[in-house]
Amino acid sequence: MVRVLIMSGYGINCEKESAHAFNIAGADSEIVHINDLISKKKKLADYDIIMFPGGFSYGDDTGSGNAFANKLRNHLWDDLLEFIKSEKLILGVCNGFQIMTHLGLFSLPSTDYGQRVHSIRWNNQNRYECRWVHLKNNNSKCVFTKGVDVTHLPVAHGEGRFFCDEKVLEELEKNNQIVFTYCDEKGNPANGVFPINPNGAMRDIAGICDSTGRIMGMMPHPERAIYSVNEPEFHLKKEISKRKNNNIDEFIETNFNIFKNAVNYFK
Amino acid sequence: MGEKIFRIEIDSKEKNSEAKILEKKFKDYNISLDISKVYTIQYDFSEKQIEKIANSLYSPVAETVRINSPHDIEFDWALELGFLPGVTDNVAHTATEIIDDLFKINIGLSKVFSSKLLFIKGDINRGDVEKISHELINVLIERFHIKSYEEYFKDEGMDYIVPRVNLHQSQDVVEVDLNVSDEKLMELGKKGILDPQTNKRRGPLALDLDYLHAIQDYYKKEGRNPTDIELESIAQTWSEHCKHTIFATEMDDISEGIFSRYIKGSTNKIRKDLGDKDFCLSVFKDNSGGIIFDDEFMVTDKVETHNSPSALDPFGGAITGIVGVNRDTIGFGLGALPIVNKYGYCFGRPEDTRIIYRGKNKTNPSLSSRRILDGVIYGVNVGGNCSGIPTPQGFVFFDDHYKGKPLVFVGTVGLIPRKISNGELSHEKEAQPGDNVVMIGGRVGKDGIHGATFSSEEMDEGSPATAVQIGDPITQKKFSDALVKEARDRGLYNSLTDNGAGGLSCSVAEMAKECGGFVVDLEKVPLKYPGLQPWETWISESQERMTLAVPEDKLNEFVDLMESRGVETSIIGKFNDTNRAIVRFNGKEIFNLDMDFLHDGLPERKLKTKPYPYNKKEPKIVIDDHTELFEEILGNHNNCSYEFISRQYDHEVQNNSIIKPLQGKGRVNGTASVVRPLAKSKKGIVMSQSLYPRLSEISCYDMAACAIDTSIRNCVAVGGNINHLALLDNFCWCSSGESERLAQLKDAAKACYDYTTIYKTPLISGKDSMYNDFKGFDENNNPIKISVLPTLMISSIGVIDDIHKTTTTDLKVPGDIIYVIGMTKDECGGSEFYYALKEIGSKSPKVNAKKARELYEKMYELNQKGMFSSCSSVGPGGLIITLAKMAIGGQLGVEVDFSKAPNEDLPIEKILYSESQSRFIVTIDPTNKEEFESEMKDFVFGEIGLVKNEEFVIKNNKEIINSNVKKLEEVYKERFKDY
Repeated sequence: MVRVLIMSGYGINCEKESAHAFNIAGADSEIVHINDLISKKKKLADYDIIMFPGGFSYGDDTGSGNAFANKLRNHLWDDLLEFIKSEKLILGVCNGFQIMTHLGLFSLPSTDYGQRVHSIRWNNQNRYECRWVHLKNNNSKCVFTKGVDVTHLPVAHGEGRFFCDEKVLEELEKNNQIVFTYCDEKGNPANGVFPINPNGAMRDIAGICDSTGRIMGMMPHPERAIYSVNEPEFHLKKEISKRKNNNIDEFIETNFNIFKNAVNYFK
Repeated sequence: MGEKIFRIEIDSKEKNSEAKILEKKFKDYNISLDISKVYTIQYDFSEKQIEKIANSLYSPVAETVRINSPHDIEFDWALELGFLPGVTDNVAHTATEIIDDLFKINIGLSKVFSSKLLFIKGDINRGDVEKISHELINVLIERFHIKSYEEYFKDEGMDYIVPRVNLHQSQDVVEVDLNVSDEKLMELGKKGILDPQTNKRRGPLALDLDYLHAIQDYYKKEGRNPTDIELESIAQTWSEHCKHTIFATEMDDISEGIFSRYIKGSTNKIRKDLGDKDFCLSVFKDNSGGIIFDDEFMVTDKVETHNSPSALDPFGGAITGIVGVNRDTIGFGLGALPIVNKYGYCFGRPEDTRIIYRGKNKTNPSLSSRRILDGVIYGVNVGGNCSGIPTPQGFVFFDDHYKGKPLVFVGTVGLIPRKISNGELSHEKEAQPGDNVVMIGGRVGKDGIHGATFSSEEMDEGSPATAVQIGDPITQKKFSDALVKEARDRGLYNSLTDNGAGGLSCSVAEMAKECGGFVVDLEKVPLKYPGLQPWETWISESQERMTLAVPEDKLNEFVDLMESRGVETSIIGKFNDTNRAIVRFNGKEIFNLDMDFLHDGLPERKLKTKPYPYNKKEPKIVIDDHTELFEEILGNHNNCSYEFISRQYDHEVQNNSIIKPLQGKGRVNGTASVVRPLAKSKKGIVMSQSLYPRLSEISCYDMAACAIDTSIRNCVAVGGNINHLALLDNFCWCSSGESERLAQLKDAAKACYDYTTIYKTPLISGKDSMYNDFKGFDENNNPIKISVLPTLMISSIGVIDDIHKTTTTDLKVPGDIIYVIGMTKDECGGSEFYYALKEIGSKSPKVNAKKARELYEKMYELNQKGMFSSCSSVGPGGLIITLAKMAIGGQLGVEVDFSKAPNEDLPIEKILYSESQSRFIVTIDPTNKEEFESEMKDFVFGEIGLVKNEEFVIKNNKEIINSNVKKLEEVYKERFKDY
C-alpha cells in the first residue's frame, strides 16, 4: 500500500479531507504531527508521499508558511532531502504550497533544493478570497496532473499571488514547470482579470512543480472538490441531468485524478 | 534592563497590496505609500545571531531586509503603527517562537514586538498624517509615531520603542470594609473597589444594593470582611452576564421566571410530547446544546453575542467572540469538534458619518458605523479562517438603532461521538474530588478584566478599556486539536470547560459544582508579564484558555501530550468535596467561600412589567412608480448582496459545504445552508437564522413568532425536516431596568413557548444580552441615548438523511412553472416596504403555526421527491424581492402575474411587499404540474407565471414592471460593491 504522510500541527487545518482524498484514491494515509517527526517517533523515510495540507500554520504570522518552513528547515531538512533524493512525491496545497515555497522545494535546472525562486504574496485585493475557480493544466511533466486538462475547484486564501522575477519565470516556462494556470470554464487564460484569476497571480500561475515533476504545489484545493455534490453548480447540474434522465457522476474526476496519479506512480 | 535593542525592518521589493489598497482608501490626500514590516527585539543577541534571525523573517525573492539602519527611499512622512503595551501581538509571538526554535533557547515573552512602518509621499502636513493614523488604528489598543523626512534623516530612522508592560504595583490583597453606609456600598457596586495604591476605583462590580446587603450579611456571619479577590469573584459569578437574573427571576405572576416557564418549559413539554422520537440529548446544561445526528454522532450548537467589546474594539471584540464560541463547542461534553461557524451582525448604516461621543465636549468618540462594520467583519474573518472552521451561514441587518452598540452574533456547530472510546456518554462529565485543576492555552494578562460585569451595564464614559481583548486563534487551534482529536478519546480528563466571562473565577467555580469544592494556588497561573494582582489573575478574561479536571493517574500522560503539541499546561490546584472554594497565593489563603453562597447566595428579586406602548398607526400608501420603489427596496441595506462578507469567510474548508452562502451562477446570498459533516455519510445538517427587530415597535410577540417561523421555513425551503429541527434563542435587549422593556421581553418569551410547542422544535441553547444601550452626547453636546431594538435572533439547526435531496433558490430552467405557496395578507407592519416609505405601521405578520407545520411536513415530502427545481422561503421584502433574488441567482428572467398569488383582496403593492409568514415561491418542471397540484390540494397555492430567459416582467393583470435580470443584478450588487 502506498503510504502518505499528511503533515499537521501549529494551525494546519486541511489534514482530514486531504487524508480522505488519498485514502479513497487507494493510499494509506496517516496524519502526523510535525513534533512527532522532530522527536523521531515517526520517520519521513517510512512514507512514499508527503502532503503539506492547507491551513494557517502559525496564523500566517511573519508571512504565510514561513514559520512552519523554518521549523522544518531547523529539524528535518536532511530527512526531507533524503526523501526527495529517493524519488518519492511531495504535494502541497495552499498553506502547504506556501510552506514548500519558503523551504525552496521548487528547484529549477539552475538551482538546488533549498533555494527560494518565487514568493507567494498577498492577493491584489489584500483580502482573503474564497471562491471556485477553473484551472488549466499546461504541463506534461508533473506526475500529479496526467490526464487533467481543465478542472474546477475552490481557492481560499489571503496570500496566493504568485510572484517571481522574469528570469525565473522564463526558466519555469522553458522547463515545463508551470503546472496550473487560472482560466475560464472553457480553458481560456484569465490574463490577470479578477475573479477568473482570483488573486492577481503573475502569468495566472496557480501551481508549479520542481524540475523533476515529482514535487507539486498549488493554491487551489483539489481535496475539497472530489465529490460533485460539493460543486456550487451541483443543484443546477442535478436538475438538468434529471430532465435528460441522466445521473451525475459521484466524483469530479479531474480533481480526484491528482490523488490517483500520485498513488498510481508507485504501481 | 541593559539589553540591546534591534530593529529589523523588512521592505517589499514591489509595492505591496496593502499599500495599494491604502492609497485607494486615502485617495483624497493624493498620497503614495510604501509599507515595511518591523520587528523590534530587545535581547542580547550578537550581530551574527540577529542576522540569522532577520533571514528567518523575510522572503528574499520579494523582500529586502535592514537591521538598525534607516530606509533610503524618498518620502515626506514616516508613520509607524504598533500595539500599546500588553496588547496581544500574535506576529511577535510567532517571531519569538521562530527565534527560540532557531537557537534552541527560550528568550521568554515580551522580547519581540511587531509594528508597521508607512513611508508616505505627498503634499500633506503633520495634521493630515495624524488624521490618517486615527483612521488606521484604534487608540484603545494601538499607538502611532510620526516623523517628517528631516526628522527621520536626522535621527537615522524611527525611535527604538519597546512597548513592554511594566507593572510596579505590589501584589497585596486588600480587605474591603463592608460596614459602611448604603451610599458608600452603592458607590462600591457601581465604580468598584478603591485601590489603595492608586487611590482610584478598580472598575465596575455591577452589584446592586440588595446584592451588597446579601454579601454584607454573609460576611457578618463569617465574622470578617471580604478580601478584594472574594468580592470581585462574587461580582463575576452573580453578574447578569453569568446568572441571567432577569430571565431567572420572578416576573409579575410568573414566579419561576420566564426562562423556566417559557423556554425550558417549552423544551420539556416538546421532549415529553415527542416521546421516543425525542432527538434532544443535552439541553440548557452545557456550553452548547446537543441533538442526535445519527446512531453514532451528536451535533451541537451554540450562539453567543459579543456586543459590548465589539463597540469598543470591533476587530478584537469580533475575533474573541468567534474564537470564544468555538470554545463552547470544544468545551461541550468531553469536547466536540467545531465544524461550522455562523455570524449575524446588526449595524448602523455605514454611510452615517455623524460621530457620537461617550464623553462631554466631544471627548471619547465612538467609532463610526463603517469602522465598526469593517472591524467586526475582519475579526470573524481572521478568527474563523485561522481556525480552519467553515462559515457557510450568516446575515447582516442594518438599522440606525444599532449605531450606539452593534449586535455581533457568533455561533458554532460541533460534532461529537455520542460515546467515547471507553463506552461512556460523551456529554456526561464530572470533575472528581482529587482531580487536578489544569489550565491550558494562553497566558493571563490584564486584558479582559471586568468583561462580564461591564457587559451587564449600559455603556458610558466609564466603560473600561481593559475590557478589550485580541484573539490568538492559533494558540486555541493547537489545544483544540490536542483535546478533541487526541486527549478526549484517550480518556485523559474527567471534565472541561471554557474560560470565558469571569475567567478562572467562573470556570473553576462552575466545574467545582460537579464535585463540591476546590483549592487553587494562584501563583501557579502563568502570566503574560509579572506584577498582576491576585484578583486580576483570578478574574481576567485573557483569551484562549480551557480549564480541565485531570485525574492524578492520567496527569503525566496529559501533560506530555499537551507539551508535544505545543500547548502550555499549568496544574494550578485540586478539586475536592469540602463545599469550600479556596484560593491561596504563595501559601497564604486569600479566598475562602462557602460554595453554596458563591453560587446561590444572591437574593431573589421581583420584576414588574408595564405594557409597552406599541405602535398603532397604519399608514395610507400611494405608489406612483412601481419600478422605482422595487429597485429601491431590492437595493436597500437589508435586501442587497453582502457577497463581500461571504467570500472572505472560508466556507469550503473541511470539505463539508453543500448549500453554500452564495447560490447559483448569480451568487445570491441564501438564507439557509447545508453541510455534510462526514464524508462517509449522506446525512446533512441544515441551518438558518432569523430576526425581525422592527416588529418590536408593533408587537414583540409577533416579532418572536416571525423569527421562529422564518428560521424554520428557511430550512424547510432547502430541504430541511421539521421533525428533526431544533432552535436556539438569543435575546439582545435594551434598558432592561425599565418595566416596559420587560413587558416586551415577556411578550417575546411567551411567543417562544406558544410557537415552539406547536412546531415541536425544541429550544436547545440560548443566551441573553440585556443592556445594549449607548449613553453619551452628540456633536452639539446634547445628551443622547441610543438603544437597540429589542432583538430576538432565532437560529435553527436540523438533520436530513440525504444531502442530495436539497434545493437551492436560483431559477434553473426557462419554461418552468412558478408557484406561490401560502396566503398573502395585509401584514406590512415593520416591513422593508414600509421602511422605504419611512413608516412602521401596525399590522405585524401573524403566524398560524398549526397550519404552517402541516405545510412544512408536505414541503419536506416534496423535496424528498425532488419536486422543486428551485425553492425559496419568502422573506424580507416579500414576494417580489424573493422572486428577484431567485432570478438573479439563476441568471434567468420571469414573467408573472402577482394578482394570481393567493391573497386577501389586497392592492398590488401589498401583494408584492407584505411580509406574511409561512410562504414559499417554488418552480417546477412543467411535466410535474399535475402531480404537484394534486399533492398540494389541501394547501393554499397559486400558479403565477413562468421562468424566462432574461426579461423580468411583473403584472397585476397588466404589466407594472418590465426589467431584466442584468438590471436586477446591478441594483442588487451596487451598494457594497466597493466594500
